[in-house]
Amino acid sequence: MQTFFDEMNDQGKVRPPYARLQEWLAAMPAELRNLKQAEAEALFRRVGITFAVYGEGGDPDRLIPFDMFPRVFSAQEWMRLERGIRQRAKALNAFLADVYDRGEIIRAGRIPARLVYLNEAYEPAMAAIRPPRRVFSHIVGVDLVRTGPDAFHVLEDNCRTPSGVSYMLENREIMMRMFPDLFRENRIEPVDGYAEALRRTLASVAPEKCDRDPTIVILTPGHFNSAYYEHSFLADLMGVELVEGQDLFVEGDRVWMRTTEGPQRVDVIYRRIDDPYLDPLCFRPDSMLGVPGLMDVYRSGGVTICSAPGAGVADDKAVYTYVPEMIRFYLGEEPILPNVPTWQCAKPEDMKHVLAHLPELVVKEVHGSGGYGMLVGPKSTREQIEAFRARLIERPDNYIAQPTLALSTVPSFVEEGVAPRHVDLRPYCLVGERIELVPGGLTRVALRDGSLVVNSSQGGGVKDTWVLAE
Amino acid sequence: MRISVDHISRYSYDPPVRSVVQSHRLTPAQCDNQRIESWLIELPGGLEGGSFTDGAGDRVQGWTIPGPVSEVSVRVRGIVETTDCAGVLRGHRERIPQLAWLRLTAPTAPDAALSALARGISAADPLALAHALCGAVGAAIAYRPGVTHAHTTAAEALALGEGVCQDHTHALIACARLHDLPARYVSGYLQASEDGSPHEAAHAWAEIWIEGLGWVGFDASNNCCPDERYIRLGCGFDARDAAPIRGIARGGGVESLEVSVAVEAAQQ
Repeated sequence: MQTFFDEMNDQGKVRPPYARLQEWLAAMPAELRNLKQAEAEALFRRVGITFAVYGEGGDPDRLIPFDMFPRVFSAQEWMRLERGIRQRAKALNAFLADVYDRGEIIRAGRIPARLVYLNEAYEPAMAAIRPPRRVFSHIVGVDLVRTGPDAFHVLEDNCRTPSGVSYMLENREIMMRMFPDLFRENRIEPVDGYAEALRRTLASVAPEKCDRDPTIVILTPGHFNSAYYEHSFLADLMGVELVEGQDLFVEGDRVWMRTTEGPQRVDVIYRRIDDPYLDPLCFRPDSMLGVPGLMDVYRSGGVTICSAPGAGVADDKAVYTYVPEMIRFYLGEEPILPNVPTWQCAKPEDMKHVLAHLPELVVKEVHGSGGYGMLVGPKSTREQIEAFRARLIERPDNYIAQPTLALSTVPSFVEEGVAPRHVDLRPYCLVGERIELVPGGLTRVALRDGSLVVNSSQGGGVKDTWVLAE
Repeated sequence: MRISVDHISRYSYDPPVRSVVQSHRLTPAQCDNQRIESWLIELPGGLEGGSFTDGAGDRVQGWTIPGPVSEVSVRVRGIVETTDCAGVLRGHRERIPQLAWLRLTAPTAPDAALSALARGISAADPLALAHALCGAVGAAIAYRPGVTHAHTTAAEALALGEGVCQDHTHALIACARLHDLPARYVSGYLQASEDGSPHEAAHAWAEIWIEGLGWVGFDASNNCCPDERYIRLGCGFDARDAAPIRGIARGGGVESLEVSVAVEAAQQ
């Protein structure tokens, strides 16, 4: 039987960051807990936050379960995580600036050229383009897992448009409303500075041509998108317009927004639509979501698109294995947060190992997300494993494999009472003139007993994530 | 050789459209193969948009035409002094690494017949291979205008056995990439001395990366390498990507296009 590190109860003792929560829990009768849980759900429904995280698909109106038991980090724990995340965000951006320019890391033989230049996510239209401050990925979501008191691993990077930050903010809001005492008894770092930090970050990457306070907009595919709530939520908090493609147009060398007072120039677009749909003139000609001519304005420095098209080449799961190499190459540092050991099925020797150990491994599609198209060896039947083996053999380069990690657990409210459940963490790192990180992130929890898959489409929920002040 | 170009593209919209946005790759790059003496692009009623040099080294110029628009007329006139570099593109600055040009796009994706055509060719070295592929594509797809259209794929053209320069170029790119040779679509002008018919004057050919030489042009329609009769405008992964004019009209009118191209040897 595999043992897991529990973040609250370690070897019979309550770890210090959770000390007060232990008392809180002991003092809460079951009836009150059920009452509070119902209240929390009602609050979530009222604000309308029912979208699926990370483009996972599924029923867009389904409420993602909110677990009231918080996840807690000490100041020291967070400090190390923060340093590691900043380091990673810096290296990922340096990599993007490099591969769309001279490609020094490839010339130096540190990353295979084909992996980058023949990657679906490499965007040739971005070659030779230098976005403001040479930042390509302005919001980096780094997914972390924990396997021991001091053992954190980066599971994957998200350099395009990581979602879920509205859960981070709403989870906190609702916890504070329901349990104000908890926030008096514990010194918890606030996360509500996120929207202002995001606005500051976006403003700091306005085009050089912009000679005034930049106009920022959020570009959404529309209300049918599963993350529409988050788009409008962030626009509200930042005090910027939420627009769809049809609200914007190109005239001359600039992008304009239709308003009741006439056209208004737009300087920074935080887009929540994918590269292929941004501009039918440059990418998919059948896209109705984007703005014709946008890419020409962008590439000539008339507007900034966040994140830059083509930023996804840095978060591809096969490129992921080289992030530690990027940190060494661009920053001359050793990675503070290690990767999960990864076998690339495209490499024959790795593939041999993977095929021989399928029942123990997690195998993922290189471009997959949301827990779909993956194999969790220890949780699969022999038939499922054999079916997956056939797909793997057909297209080895489409897959990577990792050991099944002993993800840490945090106490969670379940039907039987309180029980440990597996968690991961996604902090949101902002990259502009400065690199900023609010203390916390989104904790996802696998609410099914024994499940290691935290995706909401697979029965996952969310928790408030605390970083304690020193 | 001094070549003069007069290229008019007239787009008509019925009923008129709300606005038109265009992206042009209509300016030849300065390189050893060609020197621009004069070059003028006129677009009455158009607002000049952003311009920049893209990763392939091509000058891109955006245009917007505020509506209502019933006609957009783009006129390109200029004189270019060309030099025969035996088909090799020389002194051209670009940023996209040659490996990236192995990427397949829908019009250049191979089917079984294209794969068989490519595999049937072998040669002692990449240059000889490229020449052989160029000849094989020209032989497999006879030049015949009017059979294929703008969206015909390389596989479809090969099945038909007929096509125009666009089809030849797509098929050659597909074959070259099957042999792991980076290849790309080039659009430009050809001064055809014999008849100078408009269809041939706006021309397309392929460039194939040959280690040690660089980018070498191959014109499968004429089974030759570009010489001093060719003006290179720009390149891309396929015809759409390399199109000298890309445009989108907003507001639903039916678009029709009339093109006239005159490419002639200019007087000294």
